Amino acid sequence: MTRFAPVYRALGMIVILFGLTMLAPLILSYWVDDGAQTAYDEAFLLTTLCGTFLWYRYRNCKRELNIRDGFLMVVLVWSVLPAFAAIPLMLQLGISHTDAYFEAMSGLTTTGSTVLSNIDTLPMSINLWRHQLVWTGGMGLIVLAIAVLPLLGIGGRQMFKAETPGPMKDAKMTPRIAETAKGLWLVYVGVSMVCMLGYRWAGMSWFDAVCHTFSTMGLGGFSTHDASFGYFNSPAIESVAIIFMLIAGMNFGTLFLAVNGRSLRPYLHDPEAGWFVGVTLVSIMIVAIYIWKDGVYPDLDTALRHTAFNLVSIATTTGYASVDYALWPIFAPLWMLFLSSFATSAGSTGGGIKMMRALLLYKQVYRELLRAMHPSAVYNVRMGGQVAPQSVLFAVLAFAFMYMVSIAALTLLMVFTGLDIISAFTAIVASVNNTGPGLGVVGPSTTYAILEDFQTWICIFAMLLGRLEIFTLLVVLTPAFWRK
Amino acid sequence: MKVIILGAGQVGASVAEGLVSEENDITIVDSNGARLAQLQDRLDLRTVVGDAATPSVLRQAGAEDADMIIAVTQSDQSNLVACKLAHSVFNVPTRIARLRSPDFLDNASLLSEDNFAVDFALCPEQVITDYIRRLIEFPEALQVLNFARRRVSLVAVRAYEGGLLVGKPIKDMRSFLPPDMDGRIAAIFRRDQAVFPEGDTVIEAGDEVFLLAAAEHIRPVLRQLRRMATPVRRIMIAGGGNIGIRVAKTLEKRYEIKLIEGRKERAELLAGELDETLILLGDGTDEELLEQENIAEMDIFLALTNDDEDNIMSGSLAKRLGCKRVVALINRRAYAEMIEGGPIDIGISPAQVSIGTLLAHVRHGDVAEVHSLRRGAAEALEIVAHGDAKTSKVIGKRIDQIDWPHGVTVAALVRNFDQAVVIGQTDDWTAITRHGEVVIAHHDTVIQADDHVIVFCTRKKLVKKVEKLFQVGFHFL
Repeated sequence: MTRFAPVYRALGMIVILFGLTMLAPLILSYWVDDGAQTAYDEAFLLTTLCGTFLWYRYRNCKRELNIRDGFLMVVLVWSVLPAFAAIPLMLQLGISHTDAYFEAMSGLTTTGSTVLSNIDTLPMSINLWRHQLVWTGGMGLIVLAIAVLPLLGIGGRQMFKAETPGPMKDAKMTPRIAETAKGLWLVYVGVSMVCMLGYRWAGMSWFDAVCHTFSTMGLGGFSTHDASFGYFNSPAIESVAIIFMLIAGMNFGTLFLAVNGRSLRPYLHDPEAGWFVGVTLVSIMIVAIYIWKDGVYPDLDTALRHTAFNLVSIATTTGYASVDYALWPIFAPLWMLFLSSFATSAGSTGGGIKMMRALLLYKQVYRELLRAMHPSAVYNVRMGGQVAPQSVLFAVLAFAFMYMVSIAALTLLMVFTGLDIISAFTAIVASVNNTGPGLGVVGPSTTYAILEDFQTWICIFAMLLGRLEIFTLLVVLTPAFWRK
Repeated sequence: MKVIILGAGQVGASVAEGLVSEENDITIVDSNGARLAQLQDRLDLRTVVGDAATPSVLRQAGAEDADMIIAVTQSDQSNLVACKLAHSVFNVPTRIARLRSPDFLDNASLLSEDNFAVDFALCPEQVITDYIRRLIEFPEALQVLNFARRRVSLVAVRAYEGGLLVGKPIKDMRSFLPPDMDGRIAAIFRRDQAVFPEGDTVIEAGDEVFLLAAAEHIRPVLRQLRRMATPVRRIMIAGGGNIGIRVAKTLEKRYEIKLIEGRKERAELLAGELDETLILLGDGTDEELLEQENIAEMDIFLALTNDDEDNIMSGSLAKRLGCKRVVALINRRAYAEMIEGGPIDIGISPAQVSIGTLLAHVRHGDVAEVHSLRRGAAEALEIVAHGDAKTSKVIGKRIDQIDWPHGVTVAALVRNFDQAVVIGQTDDWTAITRHGEVVIAHHDTVIQADDHVIVFCTRKKLVKKVEKLFQVGFHFL
């Protein structure tokens, strides 16, 4: 146990920090007197006390965190914090610990699938808490810890790498990791403010604007209404949502550079951004025309409006719905889910294998084809003008393989427990990609409450696997990791 | 401060390591991506892969808002071009370059702002050569460092049985010295632990003692701690690389030197360059060669190849074959710590030695000189006390009135640099003079404005606190 003592010490501090974020719903709860006060009092006390205990117990164990510590730290943070986040939900709503943990994990991993129904009648503070989880989880708990706590020096870099999504993580925007983390969070907070004003301007109430901003920027997909965006039925609100979902689906590092240099040039040089926007726009056109021809909507404008919103929402792994798109011909929702598995950029808050990896895979396939024709050709896989190193390519291949294996294995497990194949497959895809709603019994108009406890745990595991990009989690689960 | 380091070789990496802990934003540029990746795993800095002497790479490294550029690549030409670019394209205020070839230093205007725009030129080979030269001049020392324009010397020695002061308290030192001489023991390390030197601390045999005195008094003061060794006459050098040739060149007039070099072309080049030195073609780890060349009669053996293992092996062999004293270049800190005091008497870390002067330049505040001691664990620095009694926390006060952090010793003050002091006479009775008055610090010495204060920090962490103490502010208004 003492081998990882510095990890526990840092974990304690992060738990305390996380406990402090409970103050926001706690204050709101007292302010509007929604009846959830005691739940937050207890959750806040429990969390900070646990954190303090852990930190105090190991306070003298100061050591630079090494690579293994980093992996363990990230996995611990991502599995322990949802448990604390679940406390208010359990206490206030009286749901089982499985469901509460699912809801919290779904929030933090920015999945956005829910087990709760009658969301409109939930206490305000509970809704704020759910959305806030999405927002903090979006940019990353470790990134936040590195930005705020000065304790994580060089070990911080290892964890940063283990938590941040994407295949190439060595590019740093600033020389020091803490500065990078701070920069990312500042940009994140800034763009969130703009998003909130946008929603308010488009006609949401302040509370809805704040909550939806949180779940939009984190690409989570929680809503304060059962009908999700269908409740507002407003093209203006949907447009604002589309814009900010697209922004959040691109690399925040690029946004940081753009804000710093006050120009959009970084986006032109970002190899992912162009593909992301292009693929999304083309898909919108295809799907809109397809469902219009199929007769779902009488005119192309309506078809375009609903396709644009729902497709962007699913492709960016957000998971809002303005209509029940599960009723569209099956090609449309499946294509949307397919997009969600690769559309978003590395370094965004989205899920899936990321556009960067998809491009690298595609270019590698192309290289193999070229090689078959010209056996002596020298051909590098380039990304944004730089040659991608072989090690990265191999890592991407292994990742893609593990991604598919995970989906297949977990889907089979779900089918084994008795779920139909469409629901099982889409639930797993939606969980691994951190998208949210699947199809069938877990479609956009229903919730995950229908699943049995065991199935819920499979989904929880799938969400965590997807958020930590498989390897970070698997590394800790290998016996070699624990060998001395 | 935003610093760009060009070149991630030994010097570049050590500079990065030295600066990264002092809360600077470091970006390091090298054309070798693997080396950078390795460095980034260890240190919190940004890396840029590319040719350091091109504007695009410099811009990518953030030269536009950099405060300092340190060009320490292998190539003098790259370093010069990088400094010129940094000055004329990016307006980087401070530019430091590593220059191997002395040619560039001969003409002062070459490095001026109109030409290559180098503020400070660093030649690691020269620094190491000087270091070795001082070790040879003081055969009993482990390390010899100069402060305040060579007015003050700090010498590290191992105390041996037979020294006048060994086994006695420090305060007895005065009684052994002539009345016009003074010295101070700045620090004692006993079995790698710092012992705070006070009047009644007793020096034991085997202690590593840091002794400070005016440069001209250092020999008599040294005698307090150990018998004087016989002066060096015969030197054997293994390795005729950049450092080997410089050392041989500086010393060949005064000492008998034999230099062993393994590569034939290099050996021939050496034979052409060096006048008095005997060049031997062979391997420094070759027992027969060493014996044949009378290794047992050598006063000192210098292992100066750029391979740690070779240096350690040839040094150990020389010692076994009877050489009195062995000095070896050892880059890896772990090796040096393991081996020093065993078969190798002194292990020199080239990087640590050569970056001291550079670090002094980078430090903000008024640090005039910094020397890294005990392989970077401790540090001795010369700080200028600026301000007056109102704005400074140290000026106008007795040393024991100042709140020094624990583990810090004030060793000496040097003042009045414009005033000549007579320090001795030549054989024909003319006076030898030096500028600056050396005051050895005692508890009641008062620090005056513009004094150069030489401070010894037993741990590197303390340096920041000491610098803070010397900062001019309005704390007392």
